[in-house]
Amino acid sequence: MASATASAARAAAAGSVEEEPSGSGVRSSVVLFYRILRANILTLVGFVLVVVVSVTALLVVVVPPITHLILGHSLSILPYPPLDTNAFPYYQAPSLAHPFGTDQNGADVFSNVVAALPTDLGIGFFVAGVSLVLGGLLGLVAGFWDTPGTLSGAASVTIMRLTDIFLSFPTLVLALAITATLGRGEIESEIAILATWWPFYVRLTRGEVLSIKTQPYVIAARAAGVPESRILFRHVVRNLLEPLAVYFTMDVGTVIVTYSTISYIGVGVPASIPEWGNLMYGYQDLLLTAPWTVWSVTGAIFVTVLGFSLLGDGLRDILDPRSRRIVASPGRQSSKLEPSS
Amino acid sequence: MGRSKGDLVVFIGKRLLQLIPVLLGVVLITFIFTHLAVPNPCAAWAGPKATPSVIKGCEQFYGLNKPLPVQFEDYIVGLVTGNWGIDPLTHTAVLPSILAAFPATLELVLAALFLMVVVGIPLGVVAAASSGRVADHLVRIFYLSGWSTPTYIAGAVLFIWASKEFGLSGGAFSTITSPVPTITHMSVVDAILAGSPSATADALEHLVLPATALAFINMGVATRMTRTSMLETLPLEFVKTARMKGLTEFWVLYKHALRNALITTTTVLGLTTGAMISGTVVIESIFTWPGVGLYAYDAITSYDFNGTIGVVIFFAVVVVVANLIADVLYGLLDPRVEWR
Repeated sequence: MASATASAARAAAAGSVEEEPSGSGVRSSVVLFYRILRANILTLVGFVLVVVVSVTALLVVVVPPITHLILGHSLSILPYPPLDTNAFPYYQAPSLAHPFGTDQNGADVFSNVVAALPTDLGIGFFVAGVSLVLGGLLGLVAGFWDTPGTLSGAASVTIMRLTDIFLSFPTLVLALAITATLGRGEIESEIAILATWWPFYVRLTRGEVLSIKTQPYVIAARAAGVPESRILFRHVVRNLLEPLAVYFTMDVGTVIVTYSTISYIGVGVPASIPEWGNLMYGYQDLLLTAPWTVWSVTGAIFVTVLGFSLLGDGLRDILDPRSRRIVASPGRQSSKLEPSS
Repeated sequence: MGRSKGDLVVFIGKRLLQLIPVLLGVVLITFIFTHLAVPNPCAAWAGPKATPSVIKGCEQFYGLNKPLPVQFEDYIVGLVTGNWGIDPLTHTAVLPSILAAFPATLELVLAALFLMVVVGIPLGVVAAASSGRVADHLVRIFYLSGWSTPTYIAGAVLFIWASKEFGLSGGAFSTITSPVPTITHMSVVDAILAGSPSATADALEHLVLPATALAFINMGVATRMTRTSMLETLPLEFVKTARMKGLTEFWVLYKHALRNALITTTTVLGLTTGAMISGTVVIESIFTWPGVGLYAYDAITSYDFNGTIGVVIFFAVVVVVANLIADVLYGLLDPRVEWR
């Protein structure tokens, strides 16, 4: 009996998702990911940018303690300490010693910009990640158990009404108001953005769950007597992962922009912490006299956010079943997107 | 079909009724965030070095020393009667200041929307018509660039550059222009009503850059939605029929396909109001544009409690109403929607 339901579920799953004919699940998804990257040059560029930025951020954080442990003194991949005032002559144009020049306080701009990377990127991942988990769970509950007249149905309605209300606030304005009330600080601004961020994930997840629930393979699995918990995890949750991953990828960049905006306006991270919004606020008046300061910060934000946007925008293609089939199958249709092979 | 005049009244009335619980929720959540989650914001604002009497004075001013139910009652009564509090620094009332500034913000947002439509939609059509080719990639880079440039950088760079090149000043008019009578609080409209071509040109000059900066970051919304819905429309039978009739490609794309694709784009543009309003706070503070965004910036950065609560609630109401308009517009434009 158990094997019969399992095979029924497998048959149902195979009917909708194009599975690789052979190979383990992990390997086939790596192959699929590689094909997606190869199919579109911009997606590949996005992927490379994301990897470079993430590895740099990791090195900034990890290298000093590790070298301290091994060598007895800390080394850093930053050439100079960040926000170090009067360390160098002011307003030096970019040179070999200072690739991004020096600023109005005599600090090395390159060190400032790179030192801010772990803060901004970390907050992007943190806020988008917590919103993904929290909003995803609420959206799953609201979408999967939405039978009217039951207790869970009432919970579903409550979640969605609450989400609608939160979605009525302009994100930045509410986040600014919350930080202004909580006081200035790193944790305070994270809480403020989180409070405004999760509803987007609830709406997205619930919409996806509602559409997955009516798919023939879910109906077939239910008819075959597959337990609800199995339908939830094997069919609904598994099919949620792709759209959520795409949204999350693009969202990391959006969080970074919002977070740096709050700092720029002056209610976010204290000025003593290197952060792109803070740096930009200090540099904006130098646009005409020492433009390298402004363009360094702009370039750092632009490259980081563009990397996540390109990768997410490219991954979106796999959501479209038609383009996914073309990209994923090595058969006759692949020549359409891969003229070189 | 359910598309008679009576059905339309029901359709709009139902949506107006649905507004009430949302607005109540907005008010409640704002109260929770500003009063309940932070029992004493005065201590945070005054800093660790403040004397107890300073904090006491602040609590007294905002009524934060009263019990919570009393605070909530005061808050609701104040909102309903139009008494949204006063700014402790300038002693001006919150609600009249916001309402006086709103037309300027509306003018800025409408100008930005106009740019998004005029530039964004044709780009979406071009991208869809050359899907997967070079033009498509270029359009994609363009709108993702807008998305990846924070509004404050685009705004600050544009403003500083323009003030050096053209001597552009902040605000809605130059100081040297003889002032026009304020009737609508919309600079361009006021200048036209005053019948002064030089003032109109001056007002337009001051409007173009902030509107461009505001439109740039949201350009992708119009472009991407047009591209996606064009891609869905192009394979349909009526487009093929139009091609077979021998119509030119321009006619097929813009008169047949785009008209249908635009229904989704219109709705989505209505839903970007929230993002646009967030943008106005940044843009108006950089260009010192005399709207609600600048008011919000001043209130938030000077820790004006009443002003901050006021703009949050006001903006939420604007977003809710804009979503309602988008919803109704969708019902009017798409003949398949029944007015029930």
